[in-house]
This record gives sequence, C-alpha cells and structure tokens, in this order.
Amino acid sequence: MARVIVVTSGKGGVGKTTTSASFSTGLALRGFKTAVIDFDVGLRNLDLIMGCERRVVYDLVNVINGEANLNQALIKDKHCENLFVLPASQTRDKDALSEEGVEKVLKELEHMGFDYIVCDSPAGIERGAVMALTFADEAIVVSNPEVSSVRDSDRILGILQSKSRRAVEGREAVKEHLLITRYAPKRVEEGEMLSYKDVHELLRVPLLGVIPESDDVLQASNQGSPAIHLKDSDVATAYQDVVARFLDEDRPLRFVNYEKPGLLKRIFGGK
Amino acid sequence: MSLLTYFFGSKPKTASVAKERLSLLIAHERSANQPTPDFLPALQRELIEVISKYVNVSADDIQVQLGKRDNYEILEVDITLPDQSK
Ligand SMILES: Nc1ncnc2c1ncn2[C@@H]1O[C@H](COP(=O)(O)OP(=O)(O)OP(=O)(O)O)[C@@H](O)[C@H]1O
Ligand SMILES: [Mg+2]
Repeated sequence: MARVIVVTSGKGGVGKTTTSASFSTGLALRGFKTAVIDFDVGLRNLDLIMGCERRVVYDLVNVINGEANLNQALIKDKHCENLFVLPASQTRDKDALSEEGVEKVLKELEHMGFDYIVCDSPAGIERGAVMALTFADEAIVVSNPEVSSVRDSDRILGILQSKSRRAVEGREAVKEHLLITRYAPKRVEEGEMLSYKDVHELLRVPLLGVIPESDDVLQASNQGSPAIHLKDSDVATAYQDVVARFLDEDRPLRFVNYEKPGLLKRIFGGK
Repeated sequence: MSLLTYFFGSKPKTASVAKERLSLLIAHERSANQPTPDFLPALQRELIEVISKYVNVSADDIQVQLGKRDNYEILEVDITLPDQSK
C-alpha cells in the first residue's frame, strides 16, 4: 500500500516546497520508492528545487487529461535511484485538477509499486490546496514561528479534518505532523520569536521536527539540489532527523537551543 | 527603545504577546467552525428533569458543552450537586 503524504500550510512561502523536496529525497535515500508531486498548478517550482526543470516534458494535468501516461511524465531524480518527480502544469490553472483525475493518478502510482507519494501543496485554502490534501493518509503541516503562519496552520488542520477523504468517509483520521521551519533559536532566546514549544502547544499536533533558519537553503535552491544533500549543514541534518522520526526512529531535537558565542567571538566578531 | 533599556535590557517580550493573542484567536476560530448541535438545550432540560427526581438541582447547576480535544469530540456534562449538609 502506498502512503500519501501532503505537505501543507495554508500560508504561502513557509517552506512547503523546500520540505517536500528534502523529505521525499530522504525517504528515497532510505530505499523507499518515492514520488513527489507538485500540486501548485500554474506556479510550478518543485522542478527547480529538485533541479529537473530542463527535463520537464509532460505534467500532472497532461496525465489527468490523458495526453500523456505516467511513465512519460515522471522524471527520475538525478541523485536518487528511487525518486521520481511529477511536475505541475505551468500553463493551466488549478481548475484543471479534478478529484477523479487526481485519484486516478494516485491509484496508478500505487500500482507502479510506489511506497510513498509526497504531495507538495500550493498555498491557500482553496481548490488547489484542498485537492492536494484530499487523498492524504498523513499530513505534514509546515509552520513558521510567526502569528499569521500559526493561525493559517490551524485553519488548514480544520480543513484536513473536514474535507479529506478520510474525514468525509469517516475513516481513521489523517495522521497529522507538525514541522516548524525557519526557526531562529537566538531570536527565541531573546523573546522575539515564538518557541517551538509555544507553537506545538497552540496547534496541539505531534511535532515531527524543527528546521533552523539558514542561508544554506538558498545555496541548495540556487543549485537545484534538495537541502538534505548539503554536507555539514544543520538544515540537512535536521531534515534527515525528520525522515527518521517519520519512520518511527527516536531522534532528539537538535538546533533548537541558542549557544552563546564565546567571549573572543563576541569581541572580534565573526559569523 | 531608550538608551537605558538598550543597556539594561528590559525590552518587552513580544513572543509572549504573540502566544497569548494566538491562543485566544485559535480557541475562538475553532469554536466558530464547530456548529453547536441543536439538541444541547433539550439534553440539558431533560437531564435536569431526570436528576431532579433524585437530588435537588436547578437549571444553573447543570452545564452541557460540546468540545473537541485532539481528534475526539467531547460531551462535557458538569453537574453541581447541592451541599449535603443543607
Ligand atoms: N529553513 C529555511 N531557512 C531559510 N530560508 C528558508 C528555509 N526554508 C525555506 N526557506 C526559503 O523560504 C522561501 C519559501 O520557501 P518554499 O518555496 O519552500 O515555500 P513554500 O511554502 O513552498 O511557498 P509557496 O507557498 O509559494 O509554495 C524560499 O526562498 C526558501 O529558500
Ligand atoms: Mg511551494
């Protein structure tokens, strides 16, 4: 049975695509056959973050409309053996997605032997976002430690609990995970930023991980290689931990406490 | 920020303000999305009828509320029994 995981947030620009890319890569690196689907129809970006933008020929909407088959549309990742990207259409809008169409694509991926299907949701709470979460078995709700993001996360949790197939059919609820990204321990320490404990307490969803704010994410996207591949990077380690926890391994949280720079560093500066 | 607060550090902690605002807002928005089922008043009335057969309670002594915790809906019935010594 394939597991469908939606990466969602309500609010835009909080790190859904960054997370979808690294999370799906992490699953594939663990040996699971994984597909990652860009649901942001009209504003595709996952292809850029995955570094496969020049190999896009067909997209999700083409497959739904029968203009291409899945084998033609799936792009094999250049770094990982078991990872495939299904890009979004750039020329259509979100109305091009139908529930039956999306369901058909997911079923077919399951038949092709995929273990995990990661759905990168667009921002908002409208059709595109609802379509991305409709068939989810699990949801990673991405939130930044900031008021509007936390509020929107709560909205999207409400939508998961009312509009997902599992909810509509009264089956076991979608399994929810909270992922806090762009976390700045120093600002938390100074009382300027909500702590991960605050966000966790407010949303009351099991915490899957905390990804620190880091310039490395920009380096990764510049190169079109998911952040989890970066060497000696806290962000990469944090995403590896997220994948491990998702697979039920025990990993303590890292990069959540601010370590004061030593005296010399404070006097002479430095990064 | 004055020079003094800069040196002695008594900046207001905005994160705690954010948390307080959010906790009120989220509680409010969650309850707004939760339509109150119309059987609650009737349930409350009938509970009073049944319970008052055995003990002396009034309408104010019984609170019936529907809430949500994690993924469960919770029907909360709060009955204040009269003081025995009276
Ligand atoms: N941990 C991080 N540290 C620093 N910058 C980050 C981090 N995560 C994401 N970003 C940056 O934030 C921006 C938005 O990220 P991303 O595209 O992943 O968000 P999104 O939720 O998919 O956005 P949209 O809602 O538009 O689809 C990007 O510029 C990305 O580089
Ligand atoms: Mg995105």
